[in-house]
Amino acid sequence: MSSYHLQVVSMDGEDFDGQVQKIMLRTIDGDVEILARHTDYCTAIGMGTARVTMEDGTVRKAACIGGMLSVLKGEVRVFPTTWEWSEDIDVERAKAAKAKAEERLKDQQLDKQARIRAEAKLYRALVRLGSSGQDHEVD
Amino acid sequence: MAGSMKAVKLRIKSVQSTMQITKAMQLVAASKLRKAKERADASKPYLETMVQTLTDIANTNTDFQSPYTKAGQNDKWLYVVIAGDRGLAGGYNSNLFKFMEQETKGRGDITVLPIGKKSLEHFKHRNVPVFTEEYAEVAKVNLSDCFQIAKLICEAYSSGEFGHIYLCYTNFVSMLSQVPTASSLLPLSDLRTEEKPTDGKARELILYEPDSETVFNAIVPEYLAGILYSSINISYASELAARRTAMEAATDNAEEMIDTLSLYYNRARQASITQEITEIVAGAES
Repeated sequence: MSSYHLQVVSMDGEDFDGQVQKIMLRTIDGDVEILARHTDYCTAIGMGTARVTMEDGTVRKAACIGGMLSVLKGEVRVFPTTWEWSEDIDVERAKAAKAKAEERLKDQQLDKQARIRAEAKLYRALVRLGSSGQDHEVD
Repeated sequence: MAGSMKAVKLRIKSVQSTMQITKAMQLVAASKLRKAKERADASKPYLETMVQTLTDIANTNTDFQSPYTKAGQNDKWLYVVIAGDRGLAGGYNSNLFKFMEQETKGRGDITVLPIGKKSLEHFKHRNVPVFTEEYAEVAKVNLSDCFQIAKLICEAYSSGEFGHIYLCYTNFVSMLSQVPTASSLLPLSDLRTEEKPTDGKARELILYEPDSETVFNAIVPEYLAGILYSSINISYASELAARRTAMEAATDNAEEMIDTLSLYYNRARQASITQEITEIVAGAES
């Protein structure tokens, strides 16, 4: 399978730079998989697990939240707000965040803003847990 | 002679205590700089590739549904100016403001969003309208503040309050060189580097999914926040580097002054002793 050059650059620095066969990630419009020789393309990233298939066929997973994906002249660039490789995810912290967010959401009196924030927190925690390979996957 | 000797001694002491302060500031800046440089280096690839990609998009974009891609609606400019909180950083603040003056020459309707106390002071003093004073302390601005600022800017831009958004910050070229830079943030058409091809050459089209408006509305606030955050990191590293260099020069100057003054003091002391001996000898001989 032919490969292409993928760059993953987040605000904390370059997370990945190299040849890959494909990358699959969740955009605001659903899951997308980019193969080599894709047409020029641009979309916004949602929240979900990204799967990067390396040149040798191994698959690495990462939690990928927010930002943008662009394909220009065969160069694929991902600018995520958050990008954490599955092995770097702090599972304990994500579990704690999940428990805390669930606790907050139980409160019926929670105002709308706080509810939205808590829901976003819960979702981020679930994405992290899902990408770390532990617990259930988020769908 | 004795009077001037005392004055010289006092002067040496005062220069010495100044040197102590500049030396301490130099050391503090140097130790903070190491960490700040790491963060700046980490932010650089994001800033550079992001701007590069958006320039490419602006060059090929043919879709002007989103307000962010349309050419500027009016002649009002908003400048986000990132400077330091404190002075004594050599030319760090003043170079940026000088550069800013050059930049904005001929542009009448300017509003400033200052980040950094020096930036706020400077523009308030010159009666330039200030968009918000909320983020005056650059040391306290974190990532979620950057998202807030980005949201504010996006709202102001979409409501037509401003036609162009610019960013002014100090780029960290190396430990010894920091250059003030301005870059365009919005609209994306301001980022265009090539003129529209007129020779009938087919343009490469970009596919937006689900559609360009949704994509840009989702991307632009994050892009602004990301750019702001990385340029704040880079500016902070520049500030520390400028302060370190300035304080190093000040310490060196103080050392030199102390050397000349001590030499003068010793000479004067020697002269007074010689004079005393001559007087005693002359007195014994007579």
